[in-house]
Amino acid sequence: MLYQPLEAAYYDFEIARDPARCIQCRVCERQCSYGAHVFDEALGEVRSLSAKCVGCHRCEAFCPTGAIRIQRHESDFRDNALWSPQYLKNIYKQGSTGGVLLTGMGNSQPYPVYWDHMLLDASQVTNPSIDPLREPMELRTFLGCKPDALQFDEGGRLITRLTPQIPIAYPILFSGMSYGSINLRVHQGLARAAKELGILYNTGEGGLHASLWDYGANTIVQVASGRFGVHAGYLKVARAIEIKVGQGAKPGIGGHLPGEKVSAQISVTRMIPEGTDALSPAPHHDIYSIEDLRQLIYALKEASDYQVPVSVKIAAVHNSAAIASGMVRAGADIIVLDGFRGGTGAAPTMIRDNVGIPIELALAAVDERLRQEGIRNQVSVLAAGGIRCSADVVKAIALGADACYIATAALISLGCTVCQRCYTGKCPWGIATNDPYLSKRINPEIAAERLTNLVRAWGHEIAEMMGGMGINAIESLRGNREKLRGVGLNEIELDTLGIKAAGK
Amino acid sequence: MKRVYPIEEYCIGCRLCEVACAVSHSKSGDIVRAYKEEGACPRNLVEESGAVSFCLSCRHCDTPQCAAACISGALRKDASGRVIYDEARCVGCWSCIMACPHGGIRQDVVRMKIIKCDLCPDRDVPACVAACPNRALKFEERP
Repeated sequence: MLYQPLEAAYYDFEIARDPARCIQCRVCERQCSYGAHVFDEALGEVRSLSAKCVGCHRCEAFCPTGAIRIQRHESDFRDNALWSPQYLKNIYKQGSTGGVLLTGMGNSQPYPVYWDHMLLDASQVTNPSIDPLREPMELRTFLGCKPDALQFDEGGRLITRLTPQIPIAYPILFSGMSYGSINLRVHQGLARAAKELGILYNTGEGGLHASLWDYGANTIVQVASGRFGVHAGYLKVARAIEIKVGQGAKPGIGGHLPGEKVSAQISVTRMIPEGTDALSPAPHHDIYSIEDLRQLIYALKEASDYQVPVSVKIAAVHNSAAIASGMVRAGADIIVLDGFRGGTGAAPTMIRDNVGIPIELALAAVDERLRQEGIRNQVSVLAAGGIRCSADVVKAIALGADACYIATAALISLGCTVCQRCYTGKCPWGIATNDPYLSKRINPEIAAERLTNLVRAWGHEIAEMMGGMGINAIESLRGNREKLRGVGLNEIELDTLGIKAAGK
Repeated sequence: MKRVYPIEEYCIGCRLCEVACAVSHSKSGDIVRAYKEEGACPRNLVEESGAVSFCLSCRHCDTPQCAAACISGALRKDASGRVIYDEARCVGCWSCIMACPHGGIRQDVVRMKIIKCDLCPDRDVPACVAACPNRALKFEERP
């Protein structure tokens, strides 16, 4: 083999093709957007170029004879506990390019996953469990600021003026993914599913495409630092407005949608010229304090005639509890905590893998702090970033969340294999791409069905777990940490999570 | 009658419909044997240009010009509406291919006869429709 750059020599995946089963139908060749399969006309057969494989498994999933298997291609370097192959490969790459390492999705490093160190309770003898198939089980909850007390007149009519509340049928929402980072077809699927399920999806910071305005009642519109696509109509059509201050995958830094991805439709939706880079600044240039945040919150409430709750989303970082307290006092109706495992379309690898904290710890700390300050009722808390299954949702709610945001899980239901190459714009699953050839791979009808199935399935499981604990309403589970026990955690972790050790 | 309708917007050009057709009409019905031993030949064809693609197959026209052009009586319209092809009668003159305005008939250059969609009479849903991973083929009645 002729000389090639070091990073190309030590590639990550090996495409194993079983010649006995390969029928040369070339489906793999057509599905791979990275050119890892090529048809050799002279030989009359498909050849695989493993060095180009990103490990998305699209070819494997589409091979009609199961002839392809994607495996790790591990060169065995001499054992070294410090210099693992990944560090070597990164350095080779940077030695060649001089650039920042880019990646996609959430923090992939082996930090503790606290969900896996918490166990749920179940009723035995002294209290009855509930069978959700026979008895009513309420998964519905309401998002928005709740009053400190309710007052009624003599006739029993409510006289306390309530601020806007959003009923959601499941304690699960689709979190923000911008039109641009994902394509319109995925947005259509999310919107349809949210409507079908009676929940909400979030536009992310890329604006709301004109074709999706009909789904406004199920839409959270985002106002981020770039203010893309924000105008009066956008704010009024939505069910809630979210100010995105930070994102779990890349706390403290902004976003960058390269100009080549800003197509005509995206340009109109984002209200920026076609082909120009869409740069989201790292901070909101009008928010340098809690007071500034309050101004923006009330500007948005004013613009939407006080008809919808305003949410503020931050990345889970070291002082989340104090920051959250300030956000509530600034007038946020909903606060969103996005843990470091939350996904993204593109982030510098060093930021993704080293900045932020686990959602479990941030969530527990924020809920505890807001309770101590007597302001927990003034806000709904949404947990985001690395919610993998219904048990994670139940644990998050028991830790203090009102509901959970899911995005990576939602995309996985559409085929995403978390290959972390979203930033290339060549997503072979047709999700994180606006290439007209690739984005056709998402049929909004199928997407909506799969998303709906996923949330319904989780709903059934949540009802089962709640029933087992003898709880018949999701709101009775919120902040009910007595239902959680920790395993394999030290005193400080147990204390931060506010839970007892298993056995106690 | 029910026909197979391609939906361009959702066709991803993977050509699994072609594979499904070839296997479904093969002698063994086994995908590997069909391709490796039996010279599988699909009756449909995915037309593709850039991002636009769709699966083309016999439209089973109301007034089939292929049947009119056939010199040996191998093509005829039956009562159900299908355009029936009798392989034994085909002499490989390709007149039907020239007459078809859609390009829905293909050559089997090994046997020097035509092949075309038969709407999978033994199946509830034609094989191509069942195999499409993105619901880009619909088998339905349209006015």
